[in-house]
Formats: sequence, C-alpha cells, structure tokens
Amino acid sequence: MNKYYKQLIDPIFNNNPIALQILGICSALAVTSKLQTAIVMALAVSLVTAFSNFSVSLIRKHIPASIRILVEMTIIASLVIIADQVIKAYAFDVSKQLSVYTGLIITNCIVMGRAEAYALQNPPVASFIDGLGNGMGYSFILLVVGFIRELIGSGKLLGYTILPLNTDGGWYNPNGLFLLAPSAFLLIGLIIWTMRTLKPEQIEED
Amino acid sequence: MLEHYLSLFVKSIFIENMALAFFLGMCTFLAVSKRIETAVGLGVAVVVVQAITLPVNNLIYQNILKKGALEWAGLGNVDLTFLGLITYIGVIAAMVQILEMILDKFVPSLYNALGIFLPLITVNCAILGGSLFMVERDYNFGESVVFGIGSGAGFALAIIALAGIRSKMKYSNVPAGLRGLGITFITAGLMAIAFMLFSGIQL
Repeated sequence: MNKYYKQLIDPIFNNNPIALQILGICSALAVTSKLQTAIVMALAVSLVTAFSNFSVSLIRKHIPASIRILVEMTIIASLVIIADQVIKAYAFDVSKQLSVYTGLIITNCIVMGRAEAYALQNPPVASFIDGLGNGMGYSFILLVVGFIRELIGSGKLLGYTILPLNTDGGWYNPNGLFLLAPSAFLLIGLIIWTMRTLKPEQIEED
Repeated sequence: MLEHYLSLFVKSIFIENMALAFFLGMCTFLAVSKRIETAVGLGVAVVVVQAITLPVNNLIYQNILKKGALEWAGLGNVDLTFLGLITYIGVIAAMVQILEMILDKFVPSLYNALGIFLPLITVNCAILGGSLFMVERDYNFGESVVFGIGSGAGFALAIIALAGIRSKMKYSNVPAGLRGLGITFITAGLMAIAFMLFSGIQL
C-alpha cells in the first residue's frame, strides 16, 4: 500500500509532468484563464491517463512492438471520445469554452508518455495508480495557474466575485494581462522557479 | 477569391499562430528548440505534414463524417462527427508513416535530416489541432490547403525564433532555478506578448 501511495504522490512535487518532464503543456496554458475550465480539464486528463495506462497495461503482453503506437493511440482516442461526449452532455458551456482542447487530450504527451514509459512494462493496478498520480501532478499546476489567473484577471473564483471590481463600485482594478494567453507562460515559468528553488536537485545544467 | 486565401494565409501565420496564440505543439516547441538546426528540421517537417493531413482530413470530414454528407448513400440523417477524433488521428499517424517511407526511399538526405522528428509529429498537438480548427470553422478544400501550409509555417517561424533566442541565451547568466525549462517558458511568454500585436490587424 505504501508503494502505491508514494507512486501517487511522487509526480505532484518530485517528478511533476509539466514542470520537470515537459509533458502536456499545450492544454495547461490554453484552458487556465478560468478556474472552472481548469478543473474540468484536470479531471478529464487524470481519468483518461489513468484508464489508458490501465488498458494498455492489461494488453501489454499482446501488443506487437512495431504497431504499439497505433494501438495506444486507438485506446487513448476512444477514451477521449468518451470524455468529450460526457463533458458535452453534462457541462455544455464548459465544453464550448474548452473548444478543441478536449480533443487535444489525445495528443497530450502525458497520456502517451506514461503509456510508453510506464504502462508497457508494469502490471495494471500499478499503471492505473501511476496514471492517476501523473494526472494529479498535471492537475496541481493547472489549478494553481487557473486560480491565480482568474483571481487577478477578473477578481472572481469559479464565477463568484472575490475582489469587487471598480467597474461595479468596488476597489479592485483587474489586471487584464492575466486573462490573456502569455500570462500562463510567465506563471508556469515562475512556478518552475519556485519548485526548483525548494528542490535544488531539479535544477538543469546546460 | 485570391485575396481571401491570401488573408487566411497571413492570418494563420501571424494572428492565429499555432504555437504562440493557441499553445499547440508546446511539448515539442519547448523540448526541441535547443539548437537552431534541429528547430529548422522540425519546422519543415511540420509544414509538410500539416499541408498533407489537413486537406485529407478535410475531404474525409466534408464527404463522410459531416451531418448529411452521406446523402449519396441514402443515409442523409447520419451524423458521424463523434468519430472525428479517432479518424483524424488515424489519418495523421498513417500519413506520417507513409511520408516517412517515401522520404526514406526517394529523398534519403531529407529523411536523415528530419530523423526522429517525423514520428514525433504524430503526437504534436499542432497537427491534430489544425484538423480540429478546420472542422470547427468548416473550411472548404481550398481553404484547408492554405490553412494547412499557413499554420505549419507559423509554427516553424515560432520554433526557429525561439531556438535563436535560446542559443543567444547561453551567454547570459540565468538564475539557477530558472535555467533550462523555466527561462524558456518566460521567453515564450514574452514572444507571445509580441505576437499579440498582430491580433489588432483586421484582414
């Protein structure tokens, strides 16, 4: 049990997919201007990663090495179609805001990367936990960025006003830059800086 | 008509830049931009693959998947758009594989230059993203050809520019925790702000 716990927690700080492995960055930047979309995306990616790892691991001994990418792609694409349809059915507004990025979970390198690097060599349960853990590492960055961007950019969290805007008679003057795309780059850069200052062994030498 | 294509082309390179405005293909964008030569190789590969897969996916979408597209087979009410994702990624994977074989056979020099980047392109979100945008905006065949080349060129431009900046950055003294990935993120952020200048242009 202890081993699984470590496997689940490790990717959040020690081996974060976004901050250290450079996996799955596209969507991390594009969907974080609001906390709500970030939460939906984080859930979708975590579940897809966990289940794709599980399924790939189940049939890992039967996949010929030469066509494994195609097999993995098919599994991942099917899972993403399910996720896409579920989001469309239960959260239509969010699915409109996510636009093409739900479909792009297929090419999210986290899913593919973990299937290749972990699930092909390990038993199903461990792979499931590994997928869930990496999904959580991804979610962690997504939620932090989404939280900061929505709070500073529009003074709200999940649509509720936290800092009353001066246009509505409050005191807070929102910083529009945080709603725009480039702020996500800067924020993730700063998060990486913080994480590496806390954990100096992650610093790159080049 | 020509004007329409030209403005779509310029728009897909600068205003709607795949990498810096939509954040597509970020993994490769950040990981493969250490040296200018490799960035050029990847950029060329993306343009070629994008220019082939987008029109092919467009034909599939317009003639098979779109609602009412199967009218000729007597299946006018069938809406197969939910199969889109799996079809497009299949087409992309197949096209990359075919392109790899053709290049290996006929243009070995280019094949060796592209090396590992060709197979990597299958999982480059910019390619699949291009196809999904094509569907979302309902481009016709001609537009999809122009959009494919334009968006590929935009990605190539962005990655080569980033590689250029990173190669200059070797001479500067970056704080230890920011070295490598951190400073690359911030550089890309500043580049994205610069590219936002184009967004005010009306074509």
